[in-house]
Amino acid sequence: MSTIEVDCVGETCPVPLVETRKAIRKASPGDIIEVTGTHPASKKEIPMAVKELGLELLGVEEEADGKTWKILIKV
Amino acid sequence: MSKATLVVHSGDTDKVYSALIIGNGALAMGMDVSLYFTFWGLIRLKKGELEKGGLSRMNLLGLGKWMIKRKMKKANVRSLEGLIKDFKDLGGKIFACDMTMEIMGIKREDLREDLITEYAAVGTYIKEAKESDITLFI
Repeated sequence: MSTIEVDCVGETCPVPLVETRKAIRKASPGDIIEVTGTHPASKKEIPMAVKELGLELLGVEEEADGKTWKILIKV
Repeated sequence: MSKATLVVHSGDTDKVYSALIIGNGALAMGMDVSLYFTFWGLIRLKKGELEKGGLSRMNLLGLGKWMIKRKMKKANVRSLEGLIKDFKDLGGKIFACDMTMEIMGIKREDLREDLITEYAAVGTYIKEAKESDITLFI
């Protein structure tokens, strides 16, 4: 089990979603994926994709700057 | 698994963007995706042509496109080259229309064969579309 970090800060549609999906495809069961980004719609849509893929959403956190978010997924 | 099948008929840059963004989005959501490139869309799969389309509206002899490209660069939008690579990396399938190749005199070696999953005709499209939850004509 390991933690995979996906940095999508400054990226826009559809990159955060695509990069998250790439990381999920590469991950092994039990791995944690940590996606960081700033694109507002992706903050809602990545959790939607996680649900569609039948994975576990561990949390959506907001950073103090009010712009950056972090999404934790268990594969 | 659910599936999306898109016809990419237009070769306009803005429409090819729509097709690749929707295709990548569907793959990211866990769907199977097939893109059928035909007519002007297929021209974009010729070597060195992917980024060369104009805009479907307000192209203004290329000035409109230049302005949009500049804004896209500023907004950090991924290029069509990047998006088509993502599409393939996520397991998306690309079909090239046989008939378009024949009537436009396009040979396989003129196309980016590394991107193309299959050369097909309408029957294949209908078969795939019938099994799909989403079908779009772009």
